[in-house]
Amino acid sequence: MGTSGSGKSTLLNLLGCLDTPTSGEYYLDGAKVREMGKAERAVLRNRKIGFVFQSYNLLPKTTAIENVELPLMYNVNVSATQRREKAIKSLVSVGLGDRLMHKSNQMSGGQMQRVAIARALVNDPVIILADEATGNLDTRTSYEILVLFQELHSTGRTIIFVTHNPEIAQFCSRNIILRDGHIVEDKMNEKVLSAKEVLDALPIEKE
Amino acid sequence: MNGTNLFKISLKALNNNKLRTFLTMLGIIIGVASVITMLAIGQGSKRSIQSQISEMGSNMIMIHPGNMERGGVRQGASDQQTLKLEDYQSLRDNCKYLAGVSPVVNSSGQLIYGANNYPCSIYGVSQEYLDIRQFSVESGESFTDQDILASAKVCLIGKTIVDNIFTGGEDPVGKVIRFNKIPFKVIGVLKSKGYNSMGQDQDAVVLSPYTTIQKRVLAITHMQELYCSALTEDLTEKATDEITTILRHNHKLKETDDDDFDVRSQQELSTMLSSTTDLMTVLLACIAGISLIVGGIGIMNIMYVSVTERTREIGLRMSVGARGVDILSQFLIEAILISITGGIIGVILGIGASFGVKLIAKWPIYIQPWSVFLSFGVCTITGIFFGWYPAKKAAELDPIEAIRYE
Repeated sequence: MGTSGSGKSTLLNLLGCLDTPTSGEYYLDGAKVREMGKAERAVLRNRKIGFVFQSYNLLPKTTAIENVELPLMYNVNVSATQRREKAIKSLVSVGLGDRLMHKSNQMSGGQMQRVAIARALVNDPVIILADEATGNLDTRTSYEILVLFQELHSTGRTIIFVTHNPEIAQFCSRNIILRDGHIVEDKMNEKVLSAKEVLDALPIEKE
Repeated sequence: MNGTNLFKISLKALNNNKLRTFLTMLGIIIGVASVITMLAIGQGSKRSIQSQISEMGSNMIMIHPGNMERGGVRQGASDQQTLKLEDYQSLRDNCKYLAGVSPVVNSSGQLIYGANNYPCSIYGVSQEYLDIRQFSVESGESFTDQDILASAKVCLIGKTIVDNIFTGGEDPVGKVIRFNKIPFKVIGVLKSKGYNSMGQDQDAVVLSPYTTIQKRVLAITHMQELYCSALTEDLTEKATDEITTILRHNHKLKETDDDDFDVRSQQELSTMLSSTTDLMTVLLACIAGISLIVGGIGIMNIMYVSVTERTREIGLRMSVGARGVDILSQFLIEAILISITGGIIGVILGIGASFGVKLIAKWPIYIQPWSVFLSFGVCTITGIFFGWYPAKKAAELDPIEAIRYE
């Protein structure tokens, strides 16, 4: 968490193996990232990291299932049938089992973000990096997405959620606050709020 | 990287933007189609000229008397009497490269049968003349050695003659016609050959034994011309040299003397005409080639725009694990797919257009298989060449910036 210019994005790029640190070392799942070449890092991203972006970044005119299959397309070890199975499984786990063949422009923002999350999950990553994943969504949908993240977290996934919104921090088990490129606070959140409860408490909008 | 997957990704990307793909392809389609059509027209006219020449006998060699000086005065070729019977005989007996030799003597006059008459030339030849000029007898038969020895008053006539003097539709074979009051018995009718490329009617012909014309019509002993045919078209040059050697020997010419005869082959004519059409083909191909390059630049242009437009998509692909080489391959495959598909459509269109030209304009066309492969190959190379730069640019994008590109 941090204000703009605090170094959130740089940290995320480093964690996501998109960039390499100028000094220091970054170990991802035991591998030294700093010494890796571009291509090696690409493979590493493909196998170990899932990204969720603020603006979803789905491929246009492409069905949900094809979007989710995308990371596996770059993995030689996954066959076409395995790819499809995994993508369907992943989409079902984010609650889009009935939207497999919908194209990205036929879905709502919340649904698109769910597809993006399914895409991040499909390669069974060691960490999921979410960059302002709720930034473009309305309050209700934001909480829905947070519920999903909390559920994923409870099944044992590491999720790094980057945000400037302190409200969202309440739903996370550990809060790291950045300012001007430095960590100013790193504490465990003793009282993690349940997004589901908050969602249920939200007043239902009247049509 | 898995080639099939990359292929699928590229195909999907092209499919997502059908109109743009088609417009890009259009350049290649027009390029390839025009290369094929232009080459087909060029080759077609070359072939038609060549076949007309070979109808005249492409391996034909003509020997004229000529170029003789008497006391420093050049004599006109028609006055020359340098070609003798012995020349004919020694060429016939000694030349390795000749398939046939025939003397030619001719006289002009009026052919008369019944109430009809027709002006024409009568040619005195040997039987081999028919093979040399590629005449064949349609009905009746050709004259024999016996006819030549006996200077028999027999003749073979062409279709035009038949049409003009046998107007009653009777069978000319066996009838007696008169040439300048000399009666000739028609023993055969020649098969029609039509007009040659010079516009001469090859059917307005009367053939007789050369001895008959020499003795009974012209009263001469020399030959006006000798017609020979080389064994094959390729041997024409060797045959020409051989003829020159033999004739120089026969005429007892010294090293320093000029030839007193003139050997000409159809090959020179053929070479001249085909060099003209070759030039035309090259010109047409150049124009068509330029349009192919323009098509290629079109590909580069669109691919370049496409890379900029799809920066975010590239960033995303990179962040989910596409390496630079994967992105490069994807865009290259797209470019190659465009050019190959365009190439195939272009080939079909080009062949279609060629037949259209044949059908509508009645131009002779010939589609050479290599021209199809050539233009197809060129357009594939164009695709790779012009797709390379944009693809490289895409591959070198920084995923961090690309993913946030607006």
